[in-house]
Amino acid sequence: MHPAFSVIFFTTASGAGYGLLALMGLLGAAQALPADRWLGLLGLGLALGLIGGGLMSSSAHLGRPERARFAFSQWRSSWLSREAVAAVATFVPAGLFALGWVGLGRTDGAMAAFGVLSAAGAGLTVAATAMIYASLKPIPHWHNVFTLPGYLLFGLMTGALWLSALAHPFNAAGWAVRLLPVVLVAAAWGLKAACWRHLDSRPERLTANRALGLPEGRVRVIDWPHSQANYVLKEMGYQVARQHARTLRLATHALAFALPLALSLLVLAGAAGGGAALLAALAGTLGMGLERWLFFAEARHAATLYYGAERV
Amino acid sequence: MTTLPPPTPRRLGLVIDLDTCVGCQGCVTNCKEWNTGGHMGPLTDLDPYGPKVDGVWFNRVHSFEINPGAEGDPETARTVHFPRSCLHCAQPDCVTVCPTGASYKRAEDGIVLIDQERCIGCKLCSWACPYGAREYDPDAGTMKKCTLCVDRIYNETLPEAERQPACVLTCPSRARHFGDLGDPDSAVSRLVAERGGQALLAELGYGPVNVYLPPRRKGPPPDGPRELTPAGPADDPLAWLDRPVPR
Repeated sequence: MHPAFSVIFFTTASGAGYGLLALMGLLGAAQALPADRWLGLLGLGLALGLIGGGLMSSSAHLGRPERARFAFSQWRSSWLSREAVAAVATFVPAGLFALGWVGLGRTDGAMAAFGVLSAAGAGLTVAATAMIYASLKPIPHWHNVFTLPGYLLFGLMTGALWLSALAHPFNAAGWAVRLLPVVLVAAAWGLKAACWRHLDSRPERLTANRALGLPEGRVRVIDWPHSQANYVLKEMGYQVARQHARTLRLATHALAFALPLALSLLVLAGAAGGGAALLAALAGTLGMGLERWLFFAEARHAATLYYGAERV
Repeated sequence: MTTLPPPTPRRLGLVIDLDTCVGCQGCVTNCKEWNTGGHMGPLTDLDPYGPKVDGVWFNRVHSFEINPGAEGDPETARTVHFPRSCLHCAQPDCVTVCPTGASYKRAEDGIVLIDQERCIGCKLCSWACPYGAREYDPDAGTMKKCTLCVDRIYNETLPEAERQPACVLTCPSRARHFGDLGDPDSAVSRLVAERGGQALLAELGYGPVNVYLPPRRKGPPPDGPRELTPAGPADDPLAWLDRPVPR
């Protein structure tokens, strides 16, 4: 699948934003974070900024963005519509929670309820984003059990890394804030490694014979219907070289998981401070961008079976 | 509404004979000709005379060879031309993923269409189609697809014999057949039963309505390989003319 910058940026940025929002909502409600107005402004500002920027970026790839309001109508059948509804609905408790934290300096009482609701909305929105991909049967790389927990865990992971980085200057990095990145990065790393192992070894495949309705015989393309790339090839025929993908997977292991895990362990042990936490957040976010690029670039669509792929 | 109607009793669609399709691209051309002025037109061409020709087509014909090369079995080795267009599936995920309600499946005959006034061009439906049947029109900013010539098949201003999809009417080798695949007694359903018609990628569960008839097995020639014999009598005074001509 074509790795469109707008969609990679949207899913990475909004994943980190929703993860940060959910953790601030829950930890704020549990009074595990001080109701410091500047921490609230910086943290919730970053979270809502990442979410808003991501949503804007995703609407930039629409052919007719002026009709975007129609996208809220089909929540009964479409995960994309559900994502749109959940994203907008989440702004209500998140806005009120931010108002309470930054404006009133309070995260208790009714504000705590808004924090929990913000976390629930963030979870639902990211789950809907994941299901857009997980429900696409023609793309076996996405239509599997790893996509939904992956999106949720990667969002929480980057959110936790940013929370730790932001909490340090306010002396708000308690044990929970320092432990969360370690746990979440380790879990996310394990999930991604298992996902790649599954993708490299899955036995059942869609084949060119099944796509052409030819029960027998080895099939080889001799002619395409068109001499230049068409929409189907540009959108769904993107292919990343195997060697290139291997290098990028290694870079993802290092940037998204190994480096943030090592730095977060140092921070948890008290051997490093805010600088290390910030570096971990930057590396983790960049690594997630790589992970998302590979998520698209390595995915093969069934329509490529008509263009020479023997199986997807 | 992108939720699907209950299973439609009428299931209009195409039966495509891979045995007789000669890959002439006639159906492709007449499809473009009719539909660029039709229900979902125009079928925009981008850079039509430049180096990066591109454009929207509802129907594309691919060419494949089966069991090619020295290791190929001469009884099955052959060329297959494969016309690819919307299969008007019974369970079209392209419809249910649509966030706006632009994509819909008609309850009366099962035809899958896109409301061009409602499509936002998010392209998700094209990802949800395993057959690559939907093509985006960057000029209109909307997705487009085969309409099964909905503006021909019910068109009372056309003579009755012409109320068929443009691709079917134009096929010179009669490789394309149009009819109701929901009626087990229709000509197309009988053809499917007779020839062992294949549903494409049935394991995905889309329930494609269009059916492809696989090529017939060729088998060996009925009376063995034949010796070539000279065209004229051996004592033909002009037989020397044949000798330098390679056979």
